[in-house]
Amino acid sequence: MKDDMYEKMARAIVDGQRREAERLAREAVEKKLDLLAVIQSGFVPGLQRVGELWARGDYFLPELMSAAESMKAAMAILQPELRRANVDTPSRGRVVIGTVEGDIHDIGKNLVASMLQAHGFEVHDLGADVKLQKFIDRAQETEADFICLSALLTTTMLGQRRLIEILGEARLRDCFLVLVGGAPVTQKWADDIGADGYAENALEAVKLATRLVERKKGNRP
Amino acid sequence: MIKPKRPKLELLSKVFIHKIVEEAFLLLERHGVFVENKEALALLQEAGMKVNDADGRVLLRQDLVKECLNSTPSVLKVYDRSGTKEFVVGGDAVHFDPGSAAVTILDHATQTQRKAVTEDLIRFTRLTDLLPHFHFQSTGLISSDVPEEIADVYRLYICLQYSSKPIVTGTFRVEGFKPMQDMLVAVRGSKERLAEKPLAIFDACPSPPLKWSNLTAQSLIDCSRSGIPSELISMGMTGATSPVTIAGTLVQHVAENLSGLVIAQLARRGAPVIFGGSPSSFDMRRGTTPMGAMETMMIDVASAQIGKYLGLPTHAYMGLSDSKVNDSQAGLETGIGAVLAALAGINVVSGPGMLNFESSQSLEKLVIDHEICGLAYRLIEGIAQRDEPLALDLFASLGKEMQFLTLPHTRQWYRLEHTFPMITDRETYDAWLASGKKSMADRASEQVEKLLLENAPALPGETVVRELHRIMLAEATKAGLSTLPLSITPD
Repeated sequence: MKDDMYEKMARAIVDGQRREAERLAREAVEKKLDLLAVIQSGFVPGLQRVGELWARGDYFLPELMSAAESMKAAMAILQPELRRANVDTPSRGRVVIGTVEGDIHDIGKNLVASMLQAHGFEVHDLGADVKLQKFIDRAQETEADFICLSALLTTTMLGQRRLIEILGEARLRDCFLVLVGGAPVTQKWADDIGADGYAENALEAVKLATRLVERKKGNRP
Repeated sequence: MIKPKRPKLELLSKVFIHKIVEEAFLLLERHGVFVENKEALALLQEAGMKVNDADGRVLLRQDLVKECLNSTPSVLKVYDRSGTKEFVVGGDAVHFDPGSAAVTILDHATQTQRKAVTEDLIRFTRLTDLLPHFHFQSTGLISSDVPEEIADVYRLYICLQYSSKPIVTGTFRVEGFKPMQDMLVAVRGSKERLAEKPLAIFDACPSPPLKWSNLTAQSLIDCSRSGIPSELISMGMTGATSPVTIAGTLVQHVAENLSGLVIAQLARRGAPVIFGGSPSSFDMRRGTTPMGAMETMMIDVASAQIGKYLGLPTHAYMGLSDSKVNDSQAGLETGIGAVLAALAGINVVSGPGMLNFESSQSLEKLVIDHEICGLAYRLIEGIAQRDEPLALDLFASLGKEMQFLTLPHTRQWYRLEHTFPMITDRETYDAWLASGKKSMADRASEQVEKLLLENAPALPGETVVRELHRIMLAEATKAGLSTLPLSITPD
């Protein structure tokens, strides 16, 4: 019966049925199920299957995004309950994300923010055309692990370098992992400006952030 | 003599157009548009439109939209730098111009994309000026060797010096308009004469869905009041920033265009506005905006058909490619686009030279695409009746040889009936081998250098050059620049 429900949860994510995912999350709360198990054995496997379908080339952005939205909707119901019960929710890392100033493009950034959130990261999305200092201020306020910078234009891409410089000048460079992305951005650019990482697409960004945050945690004394 | 039939491509039935337009009216009336510009909001409010103060959303009543549609000219004219050559933008006239505002240039020698500098801008502008199938010039490249805040003024500055053609351009920031207008006035002599004989068209891009930013709304107002034609560049991306269906995207496209037109008309009735855009199919795998997709071209062709139905001059971004180099994909996407645009009778067709989702320009591609535009023009000229009877008499005049090559009739008509490519390969295999087995891109590259070497730059008179330079230098100084890059200073 529980397995059946887990399967339904996974299905809701795979099919991108947001309402259904919410309904199942609520049902789990009402039935007083182990909510951590619900997340780990119900919803997360669905998200993993979505990742596999994307990797195989069967899923495209609409499927990917509706899955992420469904996951977020379910988590929005489950997380407050967990907090209420003083259960430590497994946040994989805190992320401050936005499109750098001068750039109003935010589709790519939204994809990454959504996927990170769906995969258990705590995401603070600052939107588009964001002043560089605002990234830093917010990252300090939230004690973020990551600052993620998106840029679609080659002109605004320079803001990514500038932010890293500002962090250096303020002696804050070691406090945050800086990830960069956007159409004109490449691994080479990320290396050149001394960013901590670059990802080609939203799912790669999740893998990258997961890898880095695990390494970071491993490094802690 | 039977007149040639102009071949015409239409994708929508009248009923379908009517349905799309009606829904666009309803969309504006019920959902409205977001306007982030105070002056535009004030104009709309004065016209009795309801403005939501919280988010700047304006509901546009149908009667106002229709009234503004009626006051927008269905035909406009632009003139070259000398003010003598007139170009009619309307009806089924087709004018190609290079795609605008690329940030990189494809370097032929290294086959890599790099940032453009002043020298590239000059070569690009001069080349466009020398290629006759491009009726208009465009400020096609952004120069990375001047500060970003003067990049809009700077590209017009280069353009006005090195090209005699009408220019498609636009502002990157609100303050850019004044110096750009000053430069155009410097060429024409006065504001009145500029309004009488527009030299430039300014692009204004709404942010999809349904939003006019401060910059773009201001550009509409400023252009409207100065008599400079505005070209509306609506650019929904199917399934991302506009409905995924082509018909749904068309509804948004029409609504965005109509709302821009309303702002322009409220600023000044009778202001020239071009119904246009750069909509695209959205790649659901990569999140890119393929301009070479057939669906993108279908949206363009259909929207132009609607623009004509509304009685407006039309524009589209066609005749360009998403390829990164001058390969088969570049040729096929550009070729199909240019031909479809010509068949659709789109008045201003921006795109030639462009690669990589409107981000890169290539001088070689410009030459190749120029060839494509020539083919498209030939196609829409159609088939003419030259003689009466068509051929009977010729057969009577044939000698024993039974050939047409030496007939006076052949010599009389062959240059009118047939076009002659500049770089397309029509050699025999052996001749192609002997000339070095060159690709089209290689031949284009040689042509670029040949044209630029053999022709002097089309500079304006000395007083105009001086005045342009004065305006540019003042802007540069504001941006903290004491000199301008390269040897473009007069004297």
